[in-house]
Amino acid sequence: MEKQQCIAMLLAGGQGSRLGILTQKLAKPAVPFGGKYRIIDFTLSNCSNSGISTVGVLTQYQPLILNSYIGIGSHWSLDKKAGGVTVLPPYVKNNGGEWYKGTADAICQNIEFIDQHDPNYVLVLSGDHIYKMDYSLMLDYHIKKDADATIAVIEVPWEETNRFGIMNTREDNSIKEFQEKPKNPINNLASMGVYIFNWSKLKRYLDADRNDTHSDHDFGKNIIPKMLTAGEKMFAYSFDGYWKDVGTIESLWEANMDLLSDHPTLNLYDRDWKIYSVNPSQPPQYIAPHAKVKRSLISEGCQVYGELENSVLFPGVYIGKGSKVKDSVVMTGVRIDCSVKIFKAIIGEETRIENGSIIGGEGDSQEKITVLGENIQISKKARVHGGTIVDTENCHQWGFCIGKDK
Amino acid sequence: MRDVMGIINDTMIKQDLREITSHRSTAAVPFGGRYRIIDFALSNMVNCGMKNVGIFTQSNNRSLLDHLNSGKEWDLLSKRDGLFVLPPTFRYDEFGRSLGDVDHFHNHMDYLKRSRQNYVLISNSNMIYNMDYRRVKEYYHQVKADIVILYKEETKVKDLSNFISIKTDEAGLVRDMAVNKEKSMSNKIALETAFMKKSLFIDVIDDCISRGYSDFAKDGLIKNLNHYKIYGYAHRGYVGKVHSILSYFQHNMDLLNPQIWKELFFKSGFIYTKIKDEAPVKYMGNANIQNSLVANGCVIEGTVINSILGRGVNVHKNAVVKNSIIMQKCQIAEDVFIENAILDKDVRITKGRQLKGESNYPMVIEKRVVI
Repeated sequence: MEKQQCIAMLLAGGQGSRLGILTQKLAKPAVPFGGKYRIIDFTLSNCSNSGISTVGVLTQYQPLILNSYIGIGSHWSLDKKAGGVTVLPPYVKNNGGEWYKGTADAICQNIEFIDQHDPNYVLVLSGDHIYKMDYSLMLDYHIKKDADATIAVIEVPWEETNRFGIMNTREDNSIKEFQEKPKNPINNLASMGVYIFNWSKLKRYLDADRNDTHSDHDFGKNIIPKMLTAGEKMFAYSFDGYWKDVGTIESLWEANMDLLSDHPTLNLYDRDWKIYSVNPSQPPQYIAPHAKVKRSLISEGCQVYGELENSVLFPGVYIGKGSKVKDSVVMTGVRIDCSVKIFKAIIGEETRIENGSIIGGEGDSQEKITVLGENIQISKKARVHGGTIVDTENCHQWGFCIGKDK
Repeated sequence: MRDVMGIINDTMIKQDLREITSHRSTAAVPFGGRYRIIDFALSNMVNCGMKNVGIFTQSNNRSLLDHLNSGKEWDLLSKRDGLFVLPPTFRYDEFGRSLGDVDHFHNHMDYLKRSRQNYVLISNSNMIYNMDYRRVKEYYHQVKADIVILYKEETKVKDLSNFISIKTDEAGLVRDMAVNKEKSMSNKIALETAFMKKSLFIDVIDDCISRGYSDFAKDGLIKNLNHYKIYGYAHRGYVGKVHSILSYFQHNMDLLNPQIWKELFFKSGFIYTKIKDEAPVKYMGNANIQNSLVANGCVIEGTVINSILGRGVNVHKNAVVKNSIIMQKCQIAEDVFIENAILDKDVRITKGRQLKGESNYPMVIEKRVVI
């Protein structure tokens, strides 16, 4: 196979358990975001736009939706003769198979795949983050610094440093120390989970880590500290721009709301750095004569007869007359009938809300987010209080689960 | 329907679409915010299972070729069959006479003969409707027709000077047919779509050519009304024919009727088009939007009423767009007022300008103009 300078390994097997019912049937990278995307679109588009055309996508948890979504990568222009996208789930080997035990183990179990392409550098990415980044600039930096490993970092607010892996650097940006979720941070540069390694070097550390029974086989916890201890040349690459880990329902909701300000930091309208995704073949949205739409993001195929404020609509959403939707994220194919009030909610795909229902509180901004799972039908004039999570188990209190009881 | 090949005829040159067709053919005219007119004919064909579609183009075809690309968006990128774009040979014969559609078909006889399908469905490129052609094939076999032509029975008989009208008897046989007849003869308007055996289609072309005829409707069909069993099949849904600026404007505006929007875009299948990967539409805090169709990639800060917006249009603060069609990537600056206008692609209207056409004579601004 043709030799590649740099290939990407995209970790997409995470469950994202803190996203609750939103990740019951799909992996975190497949969670819908921003009116038409799935989270993984950002990393895949970054690869495509950065000229990295060989991408291994490591899947494990609930891979069905993710696998069929990625396909052969043509939606991101990654269906190439040399390389392209390869989905890499765990597989059975001579001596039996095993699950990916950690991020490093996932790469380790696919050494053969990487060796096929014989790259000089391997870019390790996570499919969980929302950001736009040119990896080719980071690769230039890595080469210029003659580094063994380069880790992308972003400044985070000091009070949040305890949620991240923090890099303590010297003046020349070389990494002195790595602190995982420090209580007393001495720096606020957080690792973005974007690494470039010299492949020959990384391979050696992966091989050693494989036999280390004390290891969690994790890049942040094991590989990076081991390389630092061994004195490898490691540099931090500073990124400034929008970057968000949407690990929880709150942060997913927030990241959606971030897009609604008049000039958001994450620009989705940049023609030189488009975010690609699988496009539904839906007609342009229809906004009816007496509808009101303010500070919102609406995707194709939607029909809006009611009022919409500060909300995100995915394709094919219907909002009936007299309904009011505020501060909410409404996913693909949801039907909201007439005179429904929705405040601060995330509504899952294909769910239907009948006439006169009230979802969420009455405008208290401190209120917790209400989540309706997918394929649920909320009966007429139901009242779903703020902060409620409605899933297939408890939905009979307000309605029923479509396709189960009907 | 795998046994039916589709032919879309985009060779007609005499069109009164003014500036809109100065650099593109009718097939490639933007329609309904994100589509080109040909998307309807093409999607109807693939939605009913046809796998081989040939498009007869005219010389002004760059825009159409760019739109069609490999045919992948219509699932016509295939190792077997697929999309065939057939270039025009000459626009005029050696005596300077302009060629008719029959000449174009004849010049690509190889394509017709080599295709393995036994039936052919041929449609003009300027018709807008959503329909399942399987019903047409069933009807063809049911009445044992030689040729089936599609028509729509209009309640109000309009001016027929831009239509093909037909008369049928109780059995459905076509008894009379006229092209662009000024005086009203029937309320049955042809959809300019016909279904027949491929061998018969080839015969009709051969007959026309050998007798010096060149117009498929006038010579191939009308002259053969007594020779072949030509049946009419009624389409009961919406039909639009784009033959003038006004009809173009009207059929776009018809999409603001939710019934028509639903029928045209969902009834017998989706309408496919070239994908642009535009972000969802962004409405700012000051946006005011009513009764409009908005394609992805638009950013709306001003007021938009009764309008159709193409992909990636920006309407800035305090700008007002009313009763207008704004095509792809137009920029409408602050304080602009636009009413009854058609803005072609990439037009920029600078701050404070006022553009106003009449509802029966919309103002047309040519592609890439800056005002």
